Amino acid sequence: MTTDIQGHATGDSKLRDPRIRAVIYQIIVITIIVLFAWYVAHNTIVNLDKRGIASGFGFLSQPAGFGIGIVLLMDYSSQASTHLDVLIIGIINTLAVSLAGIVFATIIGFIFGVLRLSKNWVVSKIATVYIEVVRNIPLLVQLMFWYFAVLSTMPLVGDSIKFGENVYINNRGVNFPAVIPSSGFWVIPVALLIAIVLSIGIRNWAHKRQDLTGQIFPVFLTSLGLIIILPVLAAVVMGFPFNISYPDFGRFSINGGWSLEPEFLALLFGLSIYTGAFIAEIVRSGINSVSHGQTEAAHSLGIRPSMTMRLVILPQALRVIVPPLTSQYLNLVKNSSLATAIGYADITALFAGTSLNQTGQAIECILITMLFYLAISLLISMFMNWYNKRIALVER
Amino acid sequence: MAIVKTERHADMPPPVTQTGVIGWMRENLFSSPLNIILTLVSIYVAWAAISSIVSYAFINANFAGETRADCTGSGACWVFIKARFGQIMYGFYPVEERWRVDVGVILAAIGLFLILSDVVKEKKWPAAYMFVFVPIACFFLFSGGYFGLETVETSQWGGLFLTLVLASVSIFVALPLGIVLALGRRSTMPVVRMLCVGFIELIRGVPLITVLFMASVMLPLFLPEGVNFDKLLRALVGMSLFSAAYMAEVVRGGLQAIGKGQTEAASSLGLGYWQSMGLIVLPQALKISIPSIVNTFIGLFKDTTLVLIIGLLDLLSIVKAGTTDKEWVGMATEGYVFVAAVFWVFCFSMSRYSVWLENKLHTGHKR
Repeated sequence: MTTDIQGHATGDSKLRDPRIRAVIYQIIVITIIVLFAWYVAHNTIVNLDKRGIASGFGFLSQPAGFGIGIVLLMDYSSQASTHLDVLIIGIINTLAVSLAGIVFATIIGFIFGVLRLSKNWVVSKIATVYIEVVRNIPLLVQLMFWYFAVLSTMPLVGDSIKFGENVYINNRGVNFPAVIPSSGFWVIPVALLIAIVLSIGIRNWAHKRQDLTGQIFPVFLTSLGLIIILPVLAAVVMGFPFNISYPDFGRFSINGGWSLEPEFLALLFGLSIYTGAFIAEIVRSGINSVSHGQTEAAHSLGIRPSMTMRLVILPQALRVIVPPLTSQYLNLVKNSSLATAIGYADITALFAGTSLNQTGQAIECILITMLFYLAISLLISMFMNWYNKRIALVER
Repeated sequence: MAIVKTERHADMPPPVTQTGVIGWMRENLFSSPLNIILTLVSIYVAWAAISSIVSYAFINANFAGETRADCTGSGACWVFIKARFGQIMYGFYPVEERWRVDVGVILAAIGLFLILSDVVKEKKWPAAYMFVFVPIACFFLFSGGYFGLETVETSQWGGLFLTLVLASVSIFVALPLGIVLALGRRSTMPVVRMLCVGFIELIRGVPLITVLFMASVMLPLFLPEGVNFDKLLRALVGMSLFSAAYMAEVVRGGLQAIGKGQTEAASSLGLGYWQSMGLIVLPQALKISIPSIVNTFIGLFKDTTLVLIIGLLDLLSIVKAGTTDKEWVGMATEGYVFVAAVFWVFCFSMSRYSVWLENKLHTGHKR
């Protein structure tokens, strides 16, 4: 082989050109993948054929024929409802526990993150112990602990622990009074909505006025007042359009009132305590990332410590906190699939579990379940990216 | 007569309330009314927690005895754990063969010590021992069938032993696979890059359970007729692929931290892609990502408990099975507390190791 003066290969060795090589490599990769996919598909078809399983999504309209423990917002009967209904119930249950979990985990995380940075030695040590203990124990173990060791060992319905007048705790969960809307109830939520819209309007107006004149308007108190007073006023005007149903104890069952099942509670406790510990660490590192000079500067301007935290430190810390916080939220939603182990009826337990076993449609069931989680992941990251952009540093 | 002191008066010590224990307490615990309340409340909380834990786990606990009838105390009954200790450690591994597990674990522990500690500086031989000899030796030791060792089916593996096998095999497969995926994701070839991105994001977007379900339910469908995978192997495939995707992101973080100049310098020296990656970029990238790799491994270790859902008898699931035994009713708390303690010891020591390593590797850049 001869080479010219630049070191390029000449003559027969086109193979030495990196661009041509890249094309060849990619063709090889594609060929391998296609062959592999074909092989897998072929095997699958043969296997399904042999087991007599018809592929496709026809099974979604077949009746499910099994009972579900927790059904929200839907009517479900084991005879009439289809696997599609099962899927929807699973999705609703997953979203319900995830949403509640995200709210509580965020609250726990921010509280303990700030506590861990406290100058008070005892307080910061307690926060440290909580974080280090909870982070290093698998979530599944914690869920099993909450479900089998705590909530299942609560007293029987007959000897429920009473909290106040009408809240009962027993081995079937927590029972508390329910609010049953009657005609004209819609006015109250509408009043609440109006109050919220008004509060946002007032906030914007107050910001503008403060920018122009420097006068401060008590936005928080006004909003709080509006949000409390308007719905109450609406309720009074409409003559209290709801009934309160108190839990009523029979010998073995409870009628009336609302209840939270132990499965839901165990999952909620587990998810929020576990994720809360991770969020606490994120919050701590976020606050630590704001240099101490910011605090000193704020103090020397005469800004009170609480205002310093709210107006100076947190807005800067949030920029560091939000991206890892997003991935914690995603983890929480994905971890809610551990519900399977304690029998909470989420999408994985219902659809990739019971439905799959009943119909044998393994590929379809798992595919749909995975697509659901992918979609949720995508939605949460899109929302958090939008929020992240909103609070990001605006550089000139 | 003027009384003027000519020599300097000796320095007075600071007031006792400003220094030492009292000063520290005034400063840190009782600086303001709010702080005093906070301190008192948290001391009460801490005292209540510690005293109830100690009285539950030690003072009122039962240690002696053989059966459920010996659980007389109001606290924990550790007799349960004691009675089932062999099962919790080894699962249903035959009792007379358990020494094989012990030998394997000791061989691996020696290797780990040589690699992770500072005792041996030259890591070449320990690495060869750990990554070539130990896996082969452990394979033969654990499953048997050769050298006169009795065959032990993987369905008999269980307990802490199975948890350790799951975690170590997964990391052993996931790390190299993760490195390949990370390199693929940064490749200039669009097909390779898209494939890697697709795989990583797909796996990271779904929960581990669905991946495990997929491995346990769908894998048999993908294989030609007659090829039968055992359950453990299926779980291992699922866990390894799952952690490979996370490992890939960690390694990619390390790769991104290495400046482009390094690759360019390697190219200008005439090194090819694999040479420049293997000799220049990866050694640096992996070094800075070691703490994150350890953290990912901690996550992986905790995630091994999920095999309970597909019916493998790991540490958690064998204890769960024990708590449902009607001879031992009401032992759920003891069982799960014990499992939690075991996992905590492993994970906490790993996270301490990761912190230690970070400090050690950080020496050059610390402010």
